[in-house]
This record gives sequence, C-alpha cells and structure tokens, in this order.
Amino acid sequence: MRLSAIRAKLTAICGSRAVLHSKEDLLLYEYDAGLARARPDFVVFPSTTEQVAAVVALASESGLPVVARGAGTGLSGGAIPRSGGIVLAFARMNRILEVDVANQRAVVQPGVVNLELSEHVRPLGFYFAPDPSSQKACTIGGNVAENSGGPHTLASGVTVNHVTGLEVVLADGRIVELGGKSSEAAGYDLTGFFVGSEGTLGITTKIMVKLTRVPEHVSTLLAIYNDVRDAGNTVVEITSAGITPAALEMMDGWTLRAVEAAAHAGYPQDAAAVLLIELEGLRETVDEQVLAVEAACARQNAREVRIAQNDAERQRLWYGRKNAFAAIGRISPSYYTQDGVIPRTRIPQTLEHIQQVAARYSLTIGNVFHAGDGNLHPLILFDDRSPAETEKSIQAGKEILQYCISVGGSLTGEHGVGIEKRDLMPMLFSDEELQVMRRLREALNPRGTLNPEKLIPGARTCMEIRTPQFPGVVS
Amino acid sequence: MPSATEPVTPPQLDELYRTCVHCGLCLQACPTYRELGLEMDSPRGRIRQVMLVETGQLDLGPGVVEHLDRCLACRACETACPSGVRYGEIIESARARIEQQYRRPLPARVARRIGYRIIADFKLLAHAATLLRFYQRSGARRLAQSSGILRLFRLQQTESLAPQIEDDFFFRELGNSFPAEGARRARVAFLAGCIASVAFAELNRATIRVLQKNGVEVWVPEAQGCCGALHVHAGLQAEAQQLARQNIHAMLASDVDAIVTNAAGCGTTLKEYGALLAADPAFAARAGEFAARVRDVNEFLAALGARPPARTLAARVTYQDPCHLAHGQRVRSAPRELLRLIAPNFVEMPRADSCCGSAGIYNIAQNELSMQILDTKMNDVAATQAEILATANVGCMLQLRAGIARRGLNIQVRHVMELLDDACRGA
Repeated sequence: MRLSAIRAKLTAICGSRAVLHSKEDLLLYEYDAGLARARPDFVVFPSTTEQVAAVVALASESGLPVVARGAGTGLSGGAIPRSGGIVLAFARMNRILEVDVANQRAVVQPGVVNLELSEHVRPLGFYFAPDPSSQKACTIGGNVAENSGGPHTLASGVTVNHVTGLEVVLADGRIVELGGKSSEAAGYDLTGFFVGSEGTLGITTKIMVKLTRVPEHVSTLLAIYNDVRDAGNTVVEITSAGITPAALEMMDGWTLRAVEAAAHAGYPQDAAAVLLIELEGLRETVDEQVLAVEAACARQNAREVRIAQNDAERQRLWYGRKNAFAAIGRISPSYYTQDGVIPRTRIPQTLEHIQQVAARYSLTIGNVFHAGDGNLHPLILFDDRSPAETEKSIQAGKEILQYCISVGGSLTGEHGVGIEKRDLMPMLFSDEELQVMRRLREALNPRGTLNPEKLIPGARTCMEIRTPQFPGVVS
Repeated sequence: MPSATEPVTPPQLDELYRTCVHCGLCLQACPTYRELGLEMDSPRGRIRQVMLVETGQLDLGPGVVEHLDRCLACRACETACPSGVRYGEIIESARARIEQQYRRPLPARVARRIGYRIIADFKLLAHAATLLRFYQRSGARRLAQSSGILRLFRLQQTESLAPQIEDDFFFRELGNSFPAEGARRARVAFLAGCIASVAFAELNRATIRVLQKNGVEVWVPEAQGCCGALHVHAGLQAEAQQLARQNIHAMLASDVDAIVTNAAGCGTTLKEYGALLAADPAFAARAGEFAARVRDVNEFLAALGARPPARTLAARVTYQDPCHLAHGQRVRSAPRELLRLIAPNFVEMPRADSCCGSAGIYNIAQNELSMQILDTKMNDVAATQAEILATANVGCMLQLRAGIARRGLNIQVRHVMELLDDACRGA
C-alpha cells in the first residue's frame, strides 16, 4: 500500500486533525529523552480504543510498523520508530476513567500523566506508588510498557506490582482484556507478561491500577559522607538490619554539586556522597526506625545526618534527586544515563570500577542511583556534536553494564531495553532463553509490525520495511 | 515616536538551546501542550524547531511559525526545567528572526505595525484611547454588536477582550510626585504603563495611595514611555531597545531606591533591560543598573514590610499568579503575604501558576486557543469557591474577567493593590 493511501485511511479512522504527515511535524517525533533518533511516516492521535484497533489492524495489513508514544520521556528508545511507520501518540487518551476508593483501584487511559493520577487521588488519601523521576511528565501507558520504577521501588515494587489488568489491542486489531480490577486472575498471568513488553506484544488502551494509601507518617533523612565507600556500607547495614526504607538513594559528590545549582536543596558541596533515606508507616514505627538508621549512619562514619523538619524541606531534598538527570544540561550538552543493576553489597567496588572506566575513556561520569535495590544510574557526560565522543560514551556505558552483569546484576532496572540495550541482551541471556522470548513475541506479533527492532536482538521480523534514516544512535 | 533602527545584537542561540537535554519534564507545565498534546506546541518541541531552523535543517515556513506563534511566553517551562534553559530568550530571539525573515499576510502586518506604534507613543495612545472610548460609549458598540459587522470581520470574540477605557487618563500625573505618609521609608519611580494609563488609571492611583500609606514617596517620571514588553515578545528588538533607552533616560535617578511597577509583564521586561541593551556600549552599564533597581510593587512592599491595614476583607480570596511574576521574576510569596494581611479567608487555587491565556496580545492573536486555555483555568477558579480572584497584572485581569463572564460566575477580579487600597481606606 502506498503511503498516500495509508494516510487517507488513517484520516478516515481518526480524523484529519489527528494525523500528522508533514516533514516539519514528523521531525518533532524523531526523538525522546534518550539518544536514538528515527523519523516516523505518520503520527496519529487516537481518542478511542476502537481507533487504536483500526490503526493497528491497518498497520498489520500494510506491513507498516506501529510504535506507541506517551510523553517521550523514555531513555532507551522505546518510542522511537526505528524503521519508520506509524507513531501512535496517546496525548489525547488522557482521562482517568474511574476511581474506586473502596477497592483501592483506578482505571486510566494510557496517556494519563503519572503524577496527575497521584494528585487526583491524594485528597482521598491515596497515591499511585511507581514514581519515576520523570513522573511530572511521563504517562502511565509508558510506565506499563517499560515496567518503570522509581526511588520508592525499594519498598513498593515496580509498575507490574501495581497493575492488575489491561485492555490491549493485539497485532491484528482484536481487543482483549487481561486480568481485571481484582488482584487474582485464573490461568496465565498475562497482565504480568504484558507489563514491560515495550510495545512488542500489543498496544495498551486501558490500565487498571492499584492505589496505595498515603502513609500516616513520613520521615526523610539526608546522610552526608566524606567517603563514598562508607555510604555504600551504610546501605548494606540498614537493609541487613531488616529495615526496608521506602526509598534509599545515593548521589556522589560530583552529581551533588551539579544538582545543587538547580535544586537549592542545601546539599553539601564538599561531600563525597549522600544518602537520601525515606522511612514511612505508622508514626511510632517510623520514629524507631529513624533512630536505628541514624545509628547505622554514625557507625559507618557519616559526617552528619539531617532530618527534614517539614514537608517543604522534604520536597526540596526530593526535588534535587528527581531532577538530577535533567539538571546535567547546566554543565554538559548531552548525557548518557545507564541503568545497570547490581547486588547492593557490591556498591563500593562497582563505583570504583566506574571511576576506572571514566579515567580510561577520559570521560566525566557522575553517579546517582537507587542504592537500596542496587539500581545504578551512571551519568556519562559528552558533547553530542562530536560523533567520536558519542561513540566513546556508548562504549564506556557498555563496559559498565558488562561489569554489572559480571557481579551478578542486570542490564536494566527500570528504563527498559529498547534500542539502547537490545544488542547487549546476549550478555544476560542464553540463546535458548532469547529463543523463548522470540517465540512468545512471534505468537502475538507474527508479522513483526509492533515496535520492531526493539528488546530482543536478531529479530526475525517478516518484513524489514527499510533501513532506518537515522541508524542506531546519533544526534 | 522613538526611531527604530536595526537591533544591536544578532541573537546567539546555539549556547541557549544546547542546555536543553530534551528530557520532556517541561511538557505538562506548558498550557498549549496540555490543551493540544502536540510535541510541536511544547517547550521541548519549540526549542527543537528553533534549533532545526538555526542549523538549516528546517525552513522558517508557516508550519514552524504557527507553533512559535502559539507560545504564550508564559515561561512556566523555565520553572519546570531542571537544566535552567533560558526559554524566554530562545523564543524572543526566534520571534525576532521571524519578524526579520518571515513575511506574514498583509492584514496581519499592517495591524501589528499600527498597534505597536500606538502603544509606543503616549500622545498617539491618548488619541486612540479617546476614539475607543467613544466607540464603547456612544452606542456605536451596541450597533456593531447587534449589526453582525463584528461577526463579519470575526471580531465578536476579541472585541469583548478590549480594555474598558476610563474617563480620566493617567497622563496628567506624569511628572508629579506623591509624598510619603508619615516618616519617609523610601522613594520610588513609578512606571505608568501604556495600556494601564488609559484603561487602568484608577489602579495606578490606588497603587500610589498604597505606597504613600506605607511611607513611600512616589515619583512618576514625566518622559517615560511604554516598557517595550509587547515589542520584545513580538520580535521587534530595535523598537524595544529604543523604548528601553527612553525609560532609562527618564527614570534612572540617583535618589530613587527602586523603579516600581504594578504590571508583572512590564516588570519582567524592565528587569531584562540589561540583557536587551548588553551590546549597546553607550547604554549597557546604565541598563544593568536600571534592571537591578526594578521591583514589582508586591515584591517591593513585602520586602519593605507592609503596614497592616485598617481592616480585613471577609470575602474568600484566591490568587492567580501572573506568569511574568511567578515564572519571569520568581516572585510568588510576596503577593500572597500581602493578601494574607488583608484576607484571613485566603485559599490556594490548584495550578495557580498556570497561564490564563492572556499573554499580552495572545488572546487576540490566538483567540481560539486562548479561550480554550481560559476555560480550563476557570475550572480551577470555580473549584476554589472564592468570591474574589486576586492577581497582579492588568492583562491577566482583563482575561480573567472575560473568563468569568463566559462561565457566568459571580467572582470579582481585583489587583492585589486595589484590595490593599480598599483595606487601607476602610472601603
């Protein structure tokens, strides 16, 4: 089918105001928050599940790729149409359909912004627990696709732990409901299977989520260290003592100094590392845990432990952490964020290894990460105007990930595999294991039209439409 | 009429847009993105378009200009941006380029030229305002409204947004000084404002009374002019620079503690005179000194320590942040502090710092989208159940009044200074 014929059909399905096809518009959909670039042939803004189904069916018939997009805040290239095709943008499917307080559930469309759901239900005493750093912009549909986490993942788990059901459009346009509002479903856990599938198995059009009760009491501590190893050891000590903080975050001294300019959170400028520790629950329990955590920090040579005295102070401490990546724009034209996972007992030696990599490649690498669950985010600074420097940064990132896997970790904690880490998957999985993934994908995505060339390497898609205009990683 | 020459600086955008790491955290802060859901109408997308145009990857055609025109320049994205991208400078430079290189349709060109020239010249402005007042009061307006002629020219929406021209223009106060009541605590130079002088003269008088009550001597410099904000926003750099020079001449005196304005939009531009004239060796230093002395009247009074007024208001009051106060000047707490002095029944409004859609002449140039943004704002206004909606900028006041009328709400829109004046006078 010719593109002009497809355009006419898309317009017939969604209306002319919901289809973008001019070059100047499409150029604005070739990027997200990560490094990959590729231009779609069309961007379509559906407003109903039926429109999504019709577009997906049309794509399947014509062999055109379909890639879903929320807010474009992803870091692994999940929303990048690597081989062109149709971008399904969910900006107009952004309604909260139902809030069921008695059952602690909400039903939302995929374009609902993560933080807006929490703000919507907070007056009722609830919130949506997954809290990616991009939560003020990212969409819940994107969270489902990437199985996003956030600082509070440590205690409350990632997105899959908070989704009980999905309405999904399958590759041929059929609409199915997986799971439901109740937690337990009979048979295969298809909801769990779909969450984190990065748009390669189907397109989510409705999401049933759990709402979490706002805790009675929250205490946020900032522990300051002169030696990054002491901070790492504190993490081990706190968690071994059987305390599970709601969040346990680490920033190294270099990142602190970069972030302070944006946050004015009062982070110490001369420290080697800080831990941001949040405890929540019943007041008495939290008060006890605060004492235990303070003692652990002191035993590990913390120079100082500050406790946020009110909500404004707490917000300021978190503002710095949540905006840490983006604040890097103040000091570097580009950055590359890695998303490695390691056993938390390996934090000190991993940090040392990262600094060795930085020295070997003559790069600056900062560290900000979810220490409690060993999810690292090394921030590699570079100038994307230099292809050589870009390549060097990607190589350094790869080496860090190799190290993470070698100490018993993983490639991604929460950002997804996407384009970025697809070719690194064999470091983590055997051929047989990857083959299982391929067969599952082929069962649901037989023509390879759903988000092709993502997640699983060596994709045997039936039709490679064309080589990408902007291959791999460029800017 | 100041003579317009070529702007003195070619905009250097590269370093400005390089600070954007396209993280997207600005998207939901942008009123036009929230309404339209289009990347092209988001701050990240607009920066991208400017960059693509600058680097020759995209032509400066209607497909780009459309989205840059739709920007409110509310700068909410600057507040949201962790990287400190100076978006306001990017959009203003882009608009300057559009003005120089892009040919708009003839009627738009003519209307713009006439409009910007009128506000830049107080004599012309007085004549134009007198004409408009005649139109509004003589029955011509009713005739126009009932005859359908407004509909014919698609003016029925925008006509209702025009300011109501007052009887007594503020021009006669130019050159006067108003003494402090009691011991003098400060002396300030007061910016009259262009539209404010013909449509908000009473607000200016109320502002002066409040300052006097608080022990401030107010001087209204005679040779001052329009601040140039609308010119900057429209990309008319040279005209704006000329107005800045005029105001520096007229208002920067050694015995003045501050240069005060009651219009947030003007204040932001006045505070940026240093950057506007940075490349003009004859004015750069004085422009910097001028900018450093500018204070919004709320900011000035809160820092001085406002005297508690005679009485308080029983009404439920809420506050809409003018974008150019909250995002442009980062002044958020000062007007709230002043309101709490007089309004014990003060409530916060959700998304109080999200633009109402007024944005200079945006509500006329982009009427449909502006009304959409306004209607969304009115949902939040209505939810507060306030009886008084306070704000601190004349443009916002006009727009909010139009929104309240559209929705049929029973809420008064008042400037913080008017409420303080009422409280001081025991009205």
